[in-house]
Amino acid sequence: MFPFTYTRPTSTPAALAAGASGGRYIAGGTTLVDLMRETVERPDSVVDIAGLPLGGVTATRGGGLRIGALVSMTDAARHRLVRTAYPVISQALELSASPQLRNMASIGGNILQRTRCTYFRDISAACNKREPGSGCAAREGWNRTHAILGTSQACVATHPSDLAVALTALDATVHLIGSAGTRQVAFGDFLLQPGATPHRENALRPGELITAVEIPAHPRPLSSGYLKVRDRQSYEFALTSAAVALHIDGGVIRTAKVAAGGVGTVPWRLRAVERQLVGRRPTPQLWARAAGHAADGARPLAHNRFKLGLLERTVERQLRVVGGTR
Amino acid sequence: MSEELPKGSVSRRTLLASTASLTGVAATNTLVAPAAVASPAPAVDAATSGQVSLRINGDQHTLTVDNRTSLLDLLREQLGLTGTKKGCDAGACGACTVLVDGRRVNGCLTLARRLDGAEVTTVEGLADGDELHPLQQAFIDHDAFQCGFCTPGQIVSGTACIAEGHTGSAAEIREWMSGNICRCGAYTKIVTAVHQAAGRR
Repeated sequence: MFPFTYTRPTSTPAALAAGASGGRYIAGGTTLVDLMRETVERPDSVVDIAGLPLGGVTATRGGGLRIGALVSMTDAARHRLVRTAYPVISQALELSASPQLRNMASIGGNILQRTRCTYFRDISAACNKREPGSGCAAREGWNRTHAILGTSQACVATHPSDLAVALTALDATVHLIGSAGTRQVAFGDFLLQPGATPHRENALRPGELITAVEIPAHPRPLSSGYLKVRDRQSYEFALTSAAVALHIDGGVIRTAKVAAGGVGTVPWRLRAVERQLVGRRPTPQLWARAAGHAADGARPLAHNRFKLGLLERTVERQLRVVGGTR
Repeated sequence: MSEELPKGSVSRRTLLASTASLTGVAATNTLVAPAAVASPAPAVDAATSGQVSLRINGDQHTLTVDNRTSLLDLLREQLGLTGTKKGCDAGACGACTVLVDGRRVNGCLTLARRLDGAEVTTVEGLADGDELHPLQQAFIDHDAFQCGFCTPGQIVSGTACIAEGHTGSAAEIREWMSGNICRCGAYTKIVTAVHQAAGRR
Protein backbone atom coordinates (compact mmCIF):
# COMPACT_ATOMS: atom_id res chain seq x y z
CA MET A 1 0.00 0.00 0.00
CA PHE A 2 1.26 3.46 -0.86
CA PRO A 3 1.21 6.26 1.75
CA PHE A 4 -1.75 8.63 1.74
CA THR A 5 -3.08 11.55 3.74
CA TYR A 6 -6.26 11.05 5.72
CA THR A 7 -8.98 13.56 6.54
CA ARG A 8 -12.38 13.14 8.11
CA PRO A 9 -14.63 16.08 7.23
CA THR A 10 -17.73 16.54 9.35
CA SER A 11 -19.85 18.34 6.78
CA THR A 12 -20.82 17.50 3.22
CA PRO A 13 -19.47 20.81 1.79
CA ALA A 14 -16.11 20.15 3.43
CA ALA A 15 -16.06 16.63 2.01
CA LEU A 16 -16.96 17.88 -1.46
CA ALA A 17 -14.13 20.43 -1.29
CA ALA A 18 -11.70 17.65 -0.40
CA GLY A 19 -13.11 15.47 -3.15
CA ALA A 20 -12.89 18.27 -5.71
CA SER A 21 -9.19 18.59 -5.02
CA GLY A 22 -8.58 14.93 -5.81
CA GLY A 23 -9.42 13.14 -2.56
CA ARG A 24 -10.70 9.58 -2.75
CA TYR A 25 -13.81 9.01 -0.65
CA ILE A 26 -13.89 6.10 1.75
CA ALA A 27 -17.14 4.82 3.30
CA GLY A 28 -17.11 1.15 4.35
CA GLY A 29 -13.68 0.68 2.83
CA THR A 30 -14.17 -3.00 2.01
CA THR A 31 -13.33 -2.51 -1.67
CA LEU A 32 -10.99 0.45 -1.43
CA VAL A 33 -8.67 -0.81 1.33
CA ASP A 34 -8.44 -4.21 -0.34
CA LEU A 35 -7.51 -2.67 -3.70
CA MET A 36 -5.11 -0.19 -2.11
CA ARG A 37 -3.28 -3.10 -0.52
CA GLU A 38 -3.03 -4.73 -3.96
CA THR A 39 -1.82 -1.31 -5.25
CA VAL A 40 -4.61 -1.37 -7.83
CA GLU A 41 -5.86 1.80 -6.14
CA ARG A 42 -3.23 4.38 -5.24
CA PRO A 43 -4.91 7.46 -3.82
CA ASP A 44 -2.69 10.24 -2.45
CA SER A 45 -5.50 11.48 -0.27
CA VAL A 46 -8.29 9.51 1.43
CA VAL A 47 -11.38 11.42 2.57
CA ASP A 48 -13.40 9.61 5.23
CA ILE A 49 -17.10 10.31 4.69
CA ALA A 50 -18.38 8.11 7.52
CA GLY A 51 -19.22 11.18 9.60
CA LEU A 52 -21.51 12.76 7.00
CA PRO A 53 -25.29 12.85 7.47
CA LEU A 54 -26.07 10.49 4.58
CA GLY A 55 -27.85 7.74 6.46
CA GLY A 56 -31.44 6.75 7.04
CA VAL A 57 -34.11 4.71 5.30
CA THR A 58 -37.30 6.64 4.65
CA ALA A 59 -40.56 6.20 2.78
CA THR A 60 -40.99 8.81 0.05
CA ARG A 61 -44.17 10.79 -0.34
CA GLY A 62 -44.94 9.03 -3.60
CA GLY A 63 -44.91 5.61 -1.91
CA GLY A 64 -41.34 4.70 -2.76
CA LEU A 65 -38.28 4.29 -0.62
CA ARG A 66 -35.09 6.27 -0.10
CA ILE A 67 -31.97 4.57 1.28
CA GLY A 68 -29.14 6.82 2.40
CA ALA A 69 -25.74 6.19 0.82
CA LEU A 70 -24.03 5.53 4.16
CA VAL A 71 -26.55 3.02 5.47
CA SER A 72 -24.68 -0.26 5.96
CA MET A 73 -25.69 -3.27 3.92
CA THR A 74 -26.72 -4.96 7.18
CA ASP A 75 -28.97 -2.14 8.28
CA ALA A 76 -30.55 -1.68 4.86
CA ALA A 77 -31.26 -5.40 4.52
CA ARG A 78 -32.98 -5.71 7.86
CA HIS A 79 -34.90 -2.43 7.78
CA ARG A 80 -38.61 -3.02 8.15
CA LEU A 81 -39.55 -0.81 5.19
CA VAL A 82 -37.08 -2.57 2.89
CA ARG A 83 -38.04 -6.06 4.05
CA THR A 84 -41.75 -5.53 3.63
CA ALA A 85 -41.88 -3.37 0.50
CA TYR A 86 -38.91 -4.69 -1.48
CA PRO A 87 -37.82 -8.17 -0.33
CA VAL A 88 -35.70 -8.39 -3.49
CA ILE A 89 -33.41 -5.74 -2.02
CA SER A 90 -33.10 -7.41 1.38
CA GLN A 91 -32.43 -10.76 -0.25
CA ALA A 92 -29.85 -9.36 -2.68
CA LEU A 93 -28.03 -7.74 0.23
CA GLU A 94 -28.12 -10.75 2.53
CA LEU A 95 -26.88 -13.03 -0.24
CA SER A 96 -23.87 -10.72 -0.66
CA ALA A 97 -20.45 -11.01 0.97
CA SER A 98 -20.43 -12.00 4.66
CA PRO A 99 -22.03 -10.61 7.82
CA GLN A 100 -18.71 -8.95 8.69
CA LEU A 101 -18.42 -7.22 5.33
CA ARG A 102 -22.09 -6.24 5.31
CA ASN A 103 -21.59 -4.55 8.68
CA MET A 104 -18.85 -2.41 7.14
CA ALA A 105 -19.93 -1.83 3.55
CA SER A 106 -22.30 0.99 2.62
CA ILE A 107 -25.09 1.15 0.05
CA GLY A 108 -23.28 3.81 -1.98
CA GLY A 109 -20.02 1.89 -1.89
CA ASN A 110 -21.74 -1.34 -2.83
CA ILE A 111 -22.92 0.21 -6.08
CA LEU A 112 -19.45 1.63 -6.77
CA GLN A 113 -17.54 -1.56 -5.90
CA ARG A 114 -15.08 -2.53 -8.56
CA THR A 115 -14.97 -5.73 -10.55
CA ARG A 116 -13.65 -9.00 -9.13
CA CYS A 117 -11.93 -9.84 -12.44
CA THR A 118 -8.69 -11.48 -11.31
CA TYR A 119 -6.72 -9.73 -14.05
CA PHE A 120 -7.97 -6.34 -12.85
CA ARG A 121 -6.78 -7.20 -9.35
CA ASP A 122 -3.38 -8.46 -10.54
CA ILE A 123 -1.16 -5.49 -11.36
CA SER A 124 1.15 -7.65 -13.46
CA ALA A 125 -1.67 -8.48 -15.91
CA ALA A 126 -2.90 -6.41 -18.83
CA CYS A 127 -6.13 -4.62 -17.94
CA ASN A 128 -7.73 -1.74 -19.81
CA LYS A 129 -9.86 -0.91 -16.80
CA ARG A 130 -6.89 -0.53 -14.48
CA GLU A 131 -4.44 0.78 -17.05
CA PRO A 132 -6.14 2.11 -20.20
CA GLY A 133 -4.55 0.84 -23.39
CA SER A 134 -2.71 -2.07 -21.77
CA GLY A 135 -5.04 -4.72 -23.20
CA CYS A 136 -7.37 -7.32 -21.70
CA ALA A 137 -5.81 -10.47 -20.32
CA ALA A 138 -9.23 -11.97 -19.62
CA ARG A 139 -10.32 -12.12 -23.26
CA GLU A 140 -7.81 -14.84 -24.06
CA GLY A 141 -7.23 -15.91 -20.46
CA TRP A 142 -9.28 -17.87 -17.94
CA ASN A 143 -12.66 -16.23 -18.32
CA ARG A 144 -15.12 -18.70 -16.79
CA THR A 145 -16.61 -16.09 -14.45
CA HIS A 146 -16.60 -13.21 -16.90
CA ALA A 147 -19.43 -11.43 -18.68
CA ILE A 148 -21.48 -12.62 -21.63
CA LEU A 149 -23.51 -9.43 -22.03
CA GLY A 150 -22.38 -5.85 -22.58
CA THR A 151 -18.80 -6.82 -23.28
CA SER A 152 -16.44 -4.99 -25.59
CA GLN A 153 -13.10 -5.73 -27.19
CA ALA A 154 -11.54 -3.76 -24.34
CA CYS A 155 -13.22 -5.40 -21.33
CA VAL A 156 -15.28 -8.45 -20.32
CA ALA A 157 -15.38 -7.93 -16.54
CA THR A 158 -18.66 -8.36 -14.67
CA HIS A 159 -20.13 -5.85 -12.24
CA PRO A 160 -20.10 -7.70 -8.91
CA SER A 161 -22.93 -6.05 -6.96
CA ASP A 162 -26.12 -7.98 -6.18
CA LEU A 163 -27.85 -4.89 -4.82
CA ALA A 164 -27.29 -3.12 -8.14
CA VAL A 165 -29.17 -5.91 -9.93
CA ALA A 166 -32.19 -5.40 -7.68
CA LEU A 167 -32.00 -1.61 -8.12
CA THR A 168 -31.78 -2.05 -11.90
CA ALA A 169 -34.92 -4.17 -11.92
CA LEU A 170 -36.77 -1.68 -9.72
CA ASP A 171 -35.96 1.40 -11.84
CA ALA A 172 -34.10 3.08 -8.98
CA THR A 173 -32.59 6.54 -9.13
CA VAL A 174 -29.19 7.58 -7.80
CA HIS A 175 -29.10 10.89 -5.93
CA LEU A 176 -25.83 12.80 -6.27
CA ILE A 177 -24.28 15.90 -4.83
CA GLY A 178 -21.28 17.82 -6.14
CA SER A 179 -19.84 21.28 -5.83
CA ALA A 180 -22.25 22.35 -8.62
CA GLY A 181 -25.28 21.08 -6.68
CA THR A 182 -27.50 18.03 -6.61
CA ARG A 183 -28.78 15.87 -9.46
CA GLN A 184 -30.42 12.53 -10.05
CA VAL A 185 -29.42 9.81 -12.48
CA ALA A 186 -31.57 6.83 -13.49
CA PHE A 187 -29.89 3.65 -12.29
CA GLY A 188 -29.79 2.30 -15.82
CA ASP A 189 -27.67 5.29 -16.84
CA PHE A 190 -25.46 5.33 -13.76
CA LEU A 191 -23.25 2.29 -14.31
CA LEU A 192 -21.52 2.37 -17.69
CA GLN A 193 -20.81 -0.44 -20.11
CA PRO A 194 -17.10 -0.60 -20.91
CA GLY A 195 -17.06 0.18 -24.62
CA ALA A 196 -13.63 1.55 -25.47
CA THR A 197 -13.26 3.20 -22.05
CA PRO A 198 -13.63 0.50 -19.36
CA HIS A 199 -11.87 2.70 -16.81
CA ARG A 200 -14.99 4.91 -16.85
CA GLU A 201 -17.36 2.87 -14.71
CA ASN A 202 -20.12 5.28 -13.69
CA ALA A 203 -21.68 8.66 -14.33
CA LEU A 204 -20.11 10.35 -11.30
CA ARG A 205 -18.38 13.62 -12.06
CA PRO A 206 -15.06 14.29 -10.32
CA GLY A 207 -15.68 14.93 -6.64
CA GLU A 208 -19.35 13.95 -6.72
CA LEU A 209 -20.87 11.88 -3.93
CA ILE A 210 -23.83 9.52 -3.88
CA THR A 211 -26.24 10.74 -1.22
CA ALA A 212 -28.99 8.13 -1.60
CA VAL A 213 -30.74 5.67 -3.86
CA GLU A 214 -34.46 6.00 -4.40
CA ILE A 215 -36.79 3.22 -5.41
CA PRO A 216 -40.01 4.49 -6.98
CA ALA A 217 -43.45 3.28 -6.01
CA HIS A 218 -44.59 0.24 -7.93
CA PRO A 219 -48.13 -1.06 -8.33
CA ARG A 220 -49.21 -3.25 -5.42
CA PRO A 221 -49.33 -6.04 -4.55
CA LEU A 222 -45.75 -6.52 -5.71
CA SER A 223 -44.00 -9.85 -5.24
CA SER A 224 -40.25 -9.72 -5.49
CA GLY A 225 -37.19 -11.81 -4.79
CA TYR A 226 -33.56 -12.50 -5.64
CA LEU A 227 -31.89 -15.75 -6.63
CA LYS A 228 -28.11 -16.09 -6.71
CA VAL A 229 -26.27 -19.06 -8.17
CA ARG A 230 -22.68 -19.57 -7.06
CA ASP A 231 -19.79 -22.03 -7.02
CA ARG A 232 -20.34 -22.33 -3.28
CA GLN A 233 -23.53 -21.69 -1.40
CA SER A 234 -22.51 -18.57 0.51
CA TYR A 235 -19.85 -15.84 0.70
CA GLU A 236 -19.22 -15.91 -3.04
CA PHE A 237 -19.93 -13.76 -6.07
CA ALA A 238 -22.64 -14.74 -8.52
CA LEU A 239 -22.15 -16.89 -11.58
CA THR A 240 -25.69 -15.89 -12.45
CA SER A 241 -28.44 -14.17 -10.51
CA ALA A 242 -31.95 -12.91 -11.08
CA ALA A 243 -33.93 -10.10 -9.51
CA VAL A 244 -37.64 -10.42 -10.21
CA ALA A 245 -40.58 -8.20 -9.26
CA LEU A 246 -44.10 -8.99 -10.47
CA HIS A 247 -47.44 -7.26 -10.06
CA ILE A 248 -50.17 -9.77 -10.78
CA ASP A 249 -53.75 -8.52 -10.72
CA GLY A 250 -56.87 -10.39 -11.71
CA GLY A 251 -54.80 -13.40 -12.65
CA VAL A 252 -52.78 -11.42 -15.20
CA ILE A 253 -49.22 -10.16 -14.99
CA ARG A 254 -49.55 -6.37 -15.19
CA THR A 255 -45.97 -5.39 -14.39
CA ALA A 256 -42.78 -7.41 -14.70
CA LYS A 257 -39.32 -6.19 -13.68
CA VAL A 258 -36.48 -8.60 -14.31
CA ALA A 259 -32.71 -8.10 -14.16
CA ALA A 260 -29.72 -10.42 -14.10
CA GLY A 261 -26.36 -10.36 -12.35
CA GLY A 262 -23.08 -12.19 -12.82
CA VAL A 263 -23.49 -12.10 -16.57
CA GLY A 264 -23.14 -8.47 -17.61
CA THR A 265 -20.51 -5.76 -17.53
CA VAL A 266 -23.30 -3.89 -15.75
CA PRO A 267 -26.44 -5.28 -14.09
CA TRP A 268 -28.51 -6.49 -17.02
CA ARG A 269 -32.16 -5.57 -17.45
CA LEU A 270 -34.02 -8.36 -19.23
CA ARG A 271 -36.55 -6.38 -21.27
CA ALA A 272 -37.20 -9.25 -23.68
CA VAL A 273 -38.21 -11.47 -20.76
CA GLU A 274 -40.45 -8.76 -19.35
CA ARG A 275 -42.20 -8.32 -22.72
CA GLN A 276 -43.06 -12.02 -22.75
CA LEU A 277 -44.68 -11.74 -19.33
CA VAL A 278 -46.76 -8.59 -19.34
CA GLY A 279 -50.43 -9.11 -20.17
CA ARG A 280 -50.26 -12.88 -19.80
CA ARG A 281 -51.49 -15.33 -17.18
CA PRO A 282 -48.76 -16.93 -15.07
CA THR A 283 -48.17 -20.57 -15.98
CA PRO A 284 -45.13 -22.84 -15.80
CA GLN A 285 -45.01 -22.74 -19.59
CA LEU A 286 -44.94 -18.96 -19.58
CA TRP A 287 -42.03 -18.84 -17.15
CA ALA A 288 -40.03 -21.20 -19.35
CA ARG A 289 -40.89 -19.36 -22.56
CA ALA A 290 -40.03 -15.95 -21.10
CA ALA A 291 -36.80 -17.18 -19.50
CA GLY A 292 -35.78 -18.52 -22.88
CA HIS A 293 -35.06 -14.91 -23.79
CA ALA A 294 -32.82 -14.24 -20.78
CA ALA A 295 -29.60 -14.69 -22.71
CA ASP A 296 -30.72 -12.86 -25.85
CA GLY A 297 -27.74 -11.12 -27.38
CA ALA A 298 -25.19 -12.87 -25.17
CA ARG A 299 -21.70 -13.51 -26.52
CA PRO A 300 -19.91 -16.19 -24.54
CA LEU A 301 -16.15 -16.40 -24.17
CA ALA A 302 -14.02 -19.54 -24.26
CA HIS A 303 -14.87 -20.70 -20.73
CA ASN A 304 -18.25 -19.24 -19.85
CA ARG A 305 -20.66 -20.67 -22.42
CA PHE A 306 -22.34 -22.51 -19.52
CA LYS A 307 -23.72 -19.17 -18.33
CA LEU A 308 -26.18 -19.04 -21.24
CA GLY A 309 -28.21 -22.02 -20.05
CA LEU A 310 -27.56 -21.32 -16.40
CA LEU A 311 -28.94 -17.80 -16.77
CA GLU A 312 -32.10 -19.05 -18.45
CA ARG A 313 -32.68 -21.59 -15.70
CA THR A 314 -31.91 -19.05 -12.98
CA VAL A 315 -34.48 -16.66 -14.39
CA GLU A 316 -37.09 -19.39 -14.93
CA ARG A 317 -36.75 -20.63 -11.38
CA GLN A 318 -37.01 -17.17 -9.88
CA LEU A 319 -40.04 -16.33 -12.02
CA ARG A 320 -41.66 -19.48 -10.61
CA VAL A 321 -40.71 -18.58 -7.06
CA VAL A 322 -41.91 -14.99 -7.26
CA GLY A 323 -44.86 -15.66 -9.58
CA GLY A 324 -46.14 -18.39 -7.32
CA THR A 325 -47.31 -20.78 -10.02
CA ARG A 326 -45.13 -23.83 -9.87
CA MET B 1 -7.54 -41.12 18.73
CA SER B 2 -6.46 -39.84 22.14
CA GLU B 3 -6.76 -43.38 23.57
CA GLU B 4 -3.72 -44.37 21.51
CA LEU B 5 -1.52 -41.87 23.29
CA PRO B 6 0.79 -43.10 26.04
CA LYS B 7 -0.35 -42.39 29.58
CA GLY B 8 0.73 -39.04 30.90
CA SER B 9 1.11 -37.44 27.50
CA VAL B 10 -0.96 -34.47 26.54
CA SER B 11 -4.04 -35.60 24.64
CA ARG B 12 -5.02 -33.80 21.50
CA ARG B 13 -8.16 -32.54 23.17
CA THR B 14 -6.27 -31.17 26.17
CA LEU B 15 -3.67 -29.56 23.98
CA LEU B 16 -6.26 -27.89 21.80
CA ALA B 17 -8.30 -26.85 24.80
CA SER B 18 -5.34 -25.13 26.39
CA THR B 19 -4.42 -23.52 23.09
CA ALA B 20 -7.93 -22.20 22.75
CA SER B 21 -8.04 -20.77 26.22
CA LEU B 22 -4.74 -19.04 25.65
CA THR B 23 -5.43 -17.97 22.10
CA GLY B 24 -2.60 -15.96 20.72
CA VAL B 25 0.19 -17.16 22.97
CA ALA B 26 3.62 -17.66 21.49
CA ALA B 27 2.97 -21.36 20.86
CA THR B 28 0.50 -20.64 18.09
CA ASN B 29 2.32 -17.56 16.97
CA THR B 30 5.45 -19.42 16.00
CA LEU B 31 3.52 -21.17 13.24
CA VAL B 32 4.03 -18.04 11.20
CA ALA B 33 7.31 -16.20 11.49
CA PRO B 34 6.39 -12.67 12.55
CA ALA B 35 8.84 -11.19 10.08
CA ALA B 36 6.95 -12.82 7.23
CA VAL B 37 3.65 -11.15 8.04
CA ALA B 38 4.71 -7.87 9.62
CA SER B 39 4.40 -4.81 7.45
CA PRO B 40 7.71 -3.02 7.25
CA ALA B 41 7.73 -0.35 9.95
CA PRO B 42 7.80 2.84 7.94
CA ALA B 43 9.39 6.01 9.20
CA VAL B 44 6.54 7.98 10.74
CA ASP B 45 5.64 10.76 8.36
CA ALA B 46 3.44 13.43 9.89
CA ALA B 47 1.48 13.88 6.66
CA THR B 48 0.63 10.20 6.31
CA SER B 49 0.15 9.22 9.93
CA GLY B 50 -1.92 10.40 12.83
CA GLN B 51 -3.32 9.74 16.24
CA VAL B 52 -6.17 7.45 17.17
CA SER B 53 -7.73 6.96 20.57
CA LEU B 54 -9.80 3.84 21.13
CA ARG B 55 -10.73 1.22 23.72
CA ILE B 56 -9.59 -2.35 23.18
CA ASN B 57 -11.00 -5.01 25.49
CA GLY B 58 -11.81 -2.27 27.97
CA ASP B 59 -8.39 -0.62 27.95
CA GLN B 60 -7.97 2.88 26.59
CA HIS B 61 -5.16 3.33 24.05
CA THR B 62 -3.93 6.49 22.35
CA LEU B 63 -1.53 5.69 19.54
CA THR B 64 0.18 7.24 16.58
CA VAL B 65 -0.32 5.08 13.51
CA ASP B 66 0.63 5.19 9.87
CA ASN B 67 -2.56 5.86 7.91
CA ARG B 68 -2.09 2.53 6.15
CA THR B 69 -2.25 0.52 9.36
CA SER B 70 -5.14 -1.90 9.55
CA LEU B 71 -6.86 -2.65 12.83
CA LEU B 72 -5.50 -6.17 12.44
CA ASP B 73 -1.89 -5.00 12.21
CA LEU B 74 -2.41 -2.51 15.03
CA LEU B 75 -3.59 -5.33 17.28
CA ARG B 76 -0.93 -7.83 16.32
CA GLU B 77 2.13 -5.74 15.59
CA GLN B 78 1.76 -2.72 17.88
CA LEU B 79 -0.23 -4.08 20.80
CA GLY B 80 0.88 -7.71 20.86
CA LEU B 81 -2.70 -8.97 20.74
CA THR B 82 -1.92 -11.87 18.43
CA GLY B 83 -5.13 -13.78 19.09
CA THR B 84 -6.66 -12.11 16.06
CA LYS B 85 -5.21 -13.92 13.04
CA LYS B 86 -4.10 -12.77 9.60
CA GLY B 87 -5.32 -15.22 7.00
CA CYS B 88 -5.95 -13.65 3.61
CA ASP B 89 -5.57 -9.96 4.55
CA ALA B 90 -8.23 -9.27 1.93
CA GLY B 91 -11.62 -9.78 3.59
CA ALA B 92 -12.02 -13.25 2.17
CA CYS B 93 -11.49 -15.56 5.15
CA GLY B 94 -12.72 -14.02 8.43
CA ALA B 95 -9.70 -15.05 10.53
CA CYS B 96 -9.30 -11.40 11.60
CA THR B 97 -12.89 -10.99 12.82
CA VAL B 98 -13.21 -8.59 15.76
CA LEU B 99 -16.07 -6.57 17.20
CA VAL B 100 -16.10 -2.81 16.64
CA ASP B 101 -18.80 -1.14 18.71
CA GLY B 102 -20.40 -4.55 19.11
CA ARG B 103 -20.55 -5.41 15.41
CA ARG B 104 -18.37 -8.04 13.79
CA VAL B 105 -16.02 -6.71 11.12
CA ASN B 106 -12.91 -7.78 9.25
CA GLY B 107 -9.93 -6.23 11.03
CA CYS B 108 -7.80 -6.47 7.89
CA LEU B 109 -10.04 -4.08 5.92
CA THR B 110 -10.51 -1.61 8.77
CA LEU B 111 -8.09 1.31 8.76
CA ALA B 112 -7.04 1.97 12.36
CA ARG B 113 -7.13 5.74 11.84
CA ARG B 114 -10.88 5.54 11.33
CA LEU B 115 -11.53 4.08 14.79
CA ASP B 116 -11.20 7.17 16.94
CA GLY B 117 -13.56 6.70 19.88
CA ALA B 118 -14.36 3.09 18.96
CA GLU B 119 -14.76 0.17 21.33
CA VAL B 120 -12.96 -2.91 20.03
CA THR B 121 -13.35 -6.45 21.37
CA THR B 122 -10.92 -9.17 20.32
CA VAL B 123 -10.86 -12.85 21.23
CA GLU B 124 -8.63 -11.92 24.19
CA GLY B 125 -11.50 -9.86 25.58
CA LEU B 126 -14.18 -12.54 25.60
CA ALA B 127 -13.26 -14.52 28.70
CA ASP B 128 -14.09 -13.21 32.16
CA GLY B 129 -10.79 -13.77 33.93
CA ASP B 130 -10.29 -17.53 33.97
CA GLU B 131 -13.93 -18.10 33.13
CA LEU B 132 -14.17 -18.88 29.41
CA HIS B 133 -16.86 -17.31 27.30
CA PRO B 134 -19.64 -19.90 26.77
CA LEU B 135 -18.75 -20.12 23.09
CA GLN B 136 -15.07 -20.73 23.86
CA GLN B 137 -16.18 -23.52 26.20
CA ALA B 138 -18.53 -24.88 23.54
CA PHE B 139 -15.66 -25.04 21.02
CA ILE B 140 -13.73 -27.15 23.51
CA ASP B 141 -16.74 -29.31 24.38
CA HIS B 142 -17.35 -30.11 20.71
CA ASP B 143 -13.75 -30.19 19.52
CA ALA B 144 -14.74 -27.54 16.98
CA PHE B 145 -11.33 -27.05 15.45
CA GLN B 146 -8.34 -28.87 14.11
CA CYS B 147 -5.37 -26.58 13.39
CA GLY B 148 -6.99 -23.71 15.30
CA PHE B 149 -5.88 -20.87 13.06
CA CYS B 150 -9.40 -19.75 12.14
CA THR B 151 -10.73 -20.41 15.64
CA PRO B 152 -10.38 -16.91 17.17
CA GLY B 153 -12.22 -15.43 14.21
CA GLN B 154 -14.84 -18.18 14.35
CA ILE B 155 -15.43 -17.58 18.04
CA VAL B 156 -15.67 -13.79 17.81
CA SER B 157 -17.91 -14.12 14.77
CA GLY B 158 -19.98 -16.73 16.59
CA THR B 159 -20.60 -14.44 19.56
CA ALA B 160 -21.96 -11.84 17.14
CA CYS B 161 -24.00 -14.45 15.28
CA ILE B 162 -25.62 -15.40 18.59
CA ALA B 163 -26.17 -11.78 19.63
CA GLU B 164 -27.79 -11.06 16.25
CA GLY B 165 -30.17 -13.98 16.77
CA HIS B 166 -29.14 -15.90 13.68
CA THR B 167 -29.08 -19.29 15.38
CA GLY B 168 -32.60 -20.60 14.72
CA SER B 169 -31.39 -23.67 12.84
CA ALA B 170 -28.18 -25.32 11.69
CA ALA B 171 -28.80 -23.94 8.22
CA GLU B 172 -29.20 -20.43 9.57
CA ILE B 173 -26.00 -20.71 11.60
CA ARG B 174 -24.11 -22.01 8.57
CA GLU B 175 -25.28 -19.09 6.44
CA TRP B 176 -24.54 -16.45 9.07
CA MET B 177 -21.14 -17.96 9.88
CA SER B 178 -20.15 -18.21 6.21
CA GLY B 179 -17.79 -15.25 6.54
CA ASN B 180 -15.40 -17.50 8.45
CA ILE B 181 -13.54 -20.06 6.39
CA CYS B 182 -12.14 -23.19 8.04
CA ARG B 183 -9.66 -24.99 5.80
CA CYS B 184 -9.60 -28.01 8.12
CA GLY B 185 -13.32 -28.36 7.56
CA ALA B 186 -14.51 -28.30 11.17
CA TYR B 187 -17.77 -26.69 10.10
CA THR B 188 -20.11 -29.34 11.46
CA LYS B 189 -18.68 -29.03 14.95
CA ILE B 190 -18.46 -25.25 14.75
CA VAL B 191 -22.19 -25.15 14.00
CA THR B 192 -22.84 -27.46 16.95
CA ALA B 193 -20.74 -25.26 19.25
CA VAL B 194 -22.52 -22.07 18.19
CA HIS B 195 -25.86 -23.81 18.63
CA GLN B 196 -24.92 -24.94 22.14
CA ALA B 197 -23.70 -21.50 23.20
CA ALA B 198 -26.84 -19.88 21.78
CA GLY B 199 -28.95 -22.17 23.93
CA ARG B 200 -27.14 -21.15 27.09
CA ARG B 201 -27.75 -17.51 26.42
